Amino acid sequence: MGKTRAILAATAIAALTLTTAACSSGGGGGGSSSGSDKDTTLTYWASNQGTSIQNDKDVLTPVLDKFTQKTGIKVKLEVIGWNDLQTRIQTAVSSGQGPDVVNIGNTWGAWLQSTGAFAEFNDANMKAIGGADKFVKTALDAGGAPGKTPTSVPLYGLAYGLYYNKAMFADAGLQPPTTWEEFVAAAKQLTTGGKYGLALAAASYTENIHFAFLTAAQNGASFYDKDGKPTFTSQPIVDGLSRYLALMQTDKVVNPGNAQYDNGTQAIADFASGKAAMVLSQNNADASIKADGMSPDDYGVVALPSPKNAKAEVATFPAGINLSIFKYTKHLSQALKFVKYMTSEDTQSTLDKPYAALPVLAGAKASFTDNADEAKVFLDAYNNKSKPLPQVATEGSFESTIGKGLSQEFATIATGGTVSDADIKAMLKTAQEQVEAQG
Amino acid sequence: MRDTVGTKVFRVVTLVVLTLFTVIPLWVMITTSIKPLGDVQNAFAWIPEHITLEPYIHIWQTVPLAQYFLNSLIVCTVATFVSLIIAVFAAYGVSRWRFRGRGAFTTTVLSTQMFPGVLFLLPLFLIFVNIDQATGIQLVGTRLGLIITYLTFVLPFSIWMLAGYFDGIPRDLDEASKVDGTGAMGALWHVVLPAARPGLVAVGIYSFMTSWGEVLFASVLTTGPTQTLAIGLQQYSTQINVYWNQIMAASLVVSVPIVVAFLLLQRSFVAGLTAGAIK
Amino acid sequence: MSATTVPPQPDSSTVTKRVTSRGSKNGQHRRLGGWWLPYALLAPAILFELLIHIVPMATGVWVSFIKLTQIYLRNWGAAPFVGLGNYSVSLDFNSAIGKSLLNSFLVTCGFTVLVVGISWGLGMAAAVALQRAFRGRGLFRTLFLIPYAIPIYAGIITWKFMFQKDTGAVNHLLFDNLGLPGDKPFWLIGDNAFLAIVIVAIWRLWPFAFLMLMAGLQSVPQDVYEASAVDGAKPLRQWSSITLPMLRPVNVVLVLVMFLWTFNDFNTPFVLFGSTAQPPAGDLISFHIYNASFLTWNFGTGAAMSVLLLLFLLVVTSAYLLFVNRRSKRA
Repeated sequence: MGKTRAILAATAIAALTLTTAACSSGGGGGGSSSGSDKDTTLTYWASNQGTSIQNDKDVLTPVLDKFTQKTGIKVKLEVIGWNDLQTRIQTAVSSGQGPDVVNIGNTWGAWLQSTGAFAEFNDANMKAIGGADKFVKTALDAGGAPGKTPTSVPLYGLAYGLYYNKAMFADAGLQPPTTWEEFVAAAKQLTTGGKYGLALAAASYTENIHFAFLTAAQNGASFYDKDGKPTFTSQPIVDGLSRYLALMQTDKVVNPGNAQYDNGTQAIADFASGKAAMVLSQNNADASIKADGMSPDDYGVVALPSPKNAKAEVATFPAGINLSIFKYTKHLSQALKFVKYMTSEDTQSTLDKPYAALPVLAGAKASFTDNADEAKVFLDAYNNKSKPLPQVATEGSFESTIGKGLSQEFATIATGGTVSDADIKAMLKTAQEQVEAQG
Repeated sequence: MRDTVGTKVFRVVTLVVLTLFTVIPLWVMITTSIKPLGDVQNAFAWIPEHITLEPYIHIWQTVPLAQYFLNSLIVCTVATFVSLIIAVFAAYGVSRWRFRGRGAFTTTVLSTQMFPGVLFLLPLFLIFVNIDQATGIQLVGTRLGLIITYLTFVLPFSIWMLAGYFDGIPRDLDEASKVDGTGAMGALWHVVLPAARPGLVAVGIYSFMTSWGEVLFASVLTTGPTQTLAIGLQQYSTQINVYWNQIMAASLVVSVPIVVAFLLLQRSFVAGLTAGAIK
Repeated sequence: MSATTVPPQPDSSTVTKRVTSRGSKNGQHRRLGGWWLPYALLAPAILFELLIHIVPMATGVWVSFIKLTQIYLRNWGAAPFVGLGNYSVSLDFNSAIGKSLLNSFLVTCGFTVLVVGISWGLGMAAAVALQRAFRGRGLFRTLFLIPYAIPIYAGIITWKFMFQKDTGAVNHLLFDNLGLPGDKPFWLIGDNAFLAIVIVAIWRLWPFAFLMLMAGLQSVPQDVYEASAVDGAKPLRQWSSITLPMLRPVNVVLVLVMFLWTFNDFNTPFVLFGSTAQPPAGDLISFHIYNASFLTWNFGTGAAMSVLLLLFLLVVTSAYLLFVNRRSKRA
């Protein structure tokens, strides 16, 4: 019986292969390569930057139409939510089928670079999009491993800041904090009457890993050593994470309910509706806060404060969105033209405002906000107080393992448990083993 | 015969408990869908204080729901019909002939029900891509790819159900038809299929509902314009705010047609299952 | 393609001749066409099964033997062969990966036992309660089938809303309406997540058990009950001595199908917990493997875990069928 089955299966598979092979000789090989601009349609996957996917389409469509008018190259746009973007990029990488140009989170730069699936911006390609010099150096460096030819270029710049409710601070007679200690003290004072000092998206692994990185960096720690080996369990890292978790555990300035927020916008909604006095967010929160009904005059922004005895003053990492071209594209020259257009001064000034993005072009003015103070705070953090996330091939699992570990520890705290330093260390050890298994 | 007290108590308790268990989520879904967002974000209330139909207007704008609806409808309908045709032939073969490999076929087909979807998701995607490159037939990001995936997913159960059903139709009837000179296919068409109609309806309903609810493969095999409701519905929660009232309204909108259709056909479904399952 | 979906019609006269000349010996089935006819009938099904199930599955098994990480994703052929390496990583319960897989496996076992057991119980209770005709029976039957007809994700999303801590219906019912003491708990994080996912899965599954058992009960003749009632049998005894044995063929299939669906359940955790924050208490195995593959780009170990899951299901199913068949032979 088993033998019959095996033979049957083998025959069938062979037959299938033959059919496929036979067909392949007849069929054409898909689209033509690098034809004239007029016959070319580029596929572009944009990430969800606006208030909704529909909103993104509304913002981008006129910009892309203008590109088509100028060059004759048509662009097929698909906006992809952050939940799906990674999986979709994976399928494109593994199959060589997908878009020509894609938006990526710039922290993925080195990791996606290691797949070898993306076109390198070597001298010729870089020249075609206007030269490396046109970008802010911090922004360009953030998108790939040091010393390697970049495979992505910056599109939108983002930075973290501490948003605070001006009225609540004034009522309590408080000044915006300049150190971590002041920050916690203010948050404690503002945690009264059902309101909390701070809102956190404590179930969002991306937010968690970002703050884990920042608090650890303030303690002078790195998650990887010089050779790119993970060193997650060092004491300064444990201390940094402990300080971050303490916001809910011992300082009690974060509503335990936030342990369910798996999306940064939920924390922003609490801030905008006055349920929390402060929120830590990237500068594109402006659009969300406004959509939630809070006037830009009612909040202020300061840099994420460091502790008094901090080893390094780190307020953000150079966050943002980059553009990459898939290596398999049959329209490299057109794709380069498109990247050049998207990173041109004109397009950037059009898009920075709706997406509340920091400029990635050298010498460009910040146009994401009309508030000069806010712009100054974010630009200062981005340019002077930033440290990039680890630029290693395992960056993706570094983010997901530690970020999710922290989500679970927040859940433990919220449901009445305690998280000791030993627990944090154990979580980091688990994460490190998973990352090592991949590397 | 009269019911004992015990039986009556048992019946009342069972029906009350199960009715509550069934109805509460439905009630929440319906009432939440007509509450304003502000009310939904505050403490829950069983009876809506303010009633608004706005969520039903906004759902079409927040997410291109109509497009997703159309996609789901096309994909599920075509997959259901094609899989029915294929399953009828296969079940007829399995039911009426004893041939080499019959056991292997039925065992293999049924064991595919055990395959964890995660394991062959990526390989399947890759095969689709290769077919595309070899033949130019686009399967990724098209409805066609999703159709052939879904129709295969429901094949094993359909074949098994129909084969059981066909077994229950006496062979003498085939013979009679064959004497009329219509051959094996004629017997299938004139005798077996009419007699198996409830089974066909049951299998069709099962196939349609299974396809309508599939999430994992839809998320990888479709792209923007071909996405189905399963994916579309999740997009409401990735927005700037969790619009629970819109999510509930959209859930209701995607549920009503299929629930109504199912309830209209439930008698045939039950009848079909009875005959098929008790072999 | 179209050539294979429509099997050619055999010449009827030769068929008749062959059938009459051979006749049927010892209940052997008559041939209504050439020897190839059944194969032709099966061909389309085989083709699709190969394309969508078998070949991808075989590929998946192959992947479980290679180190398929992001570096090789673009070119699978170049990924180094690691033999059973992925399996030993998955099964090393002292390592983080093995430990979390084991945890997920145990959670899934508990989940499956509870969900299948309770769903079966509820389905049986409802089927028996609705066995005899009374006014409104059709209404209940229709009502109970609704959760089964609602698209999976729509039902689960509704429960997700009900399980919200401050704005959800569950806490409102328990604490505001029924006056339970204490603070409102979380349902979707921490240990309660297990309870939450079990409830949602039962809500979704029990109508199916009800449907199958109700269908089965229709074939039990009423006079059997009447005869036993005359003998003085109590309802419970009637149930265990008549209903249960008569439903055996349905139960054999029903329990197996529910077991396989529940053990492989992916949708419930995926929709209920979202794609980023999963509590360990609700970490069902399909979902665990999905995350192991797609979140860390470690498709080799993910595939190895899937193959282990498949082997487990095969063993359990075979043992079950063996057990069931032996019992029915003895009976």
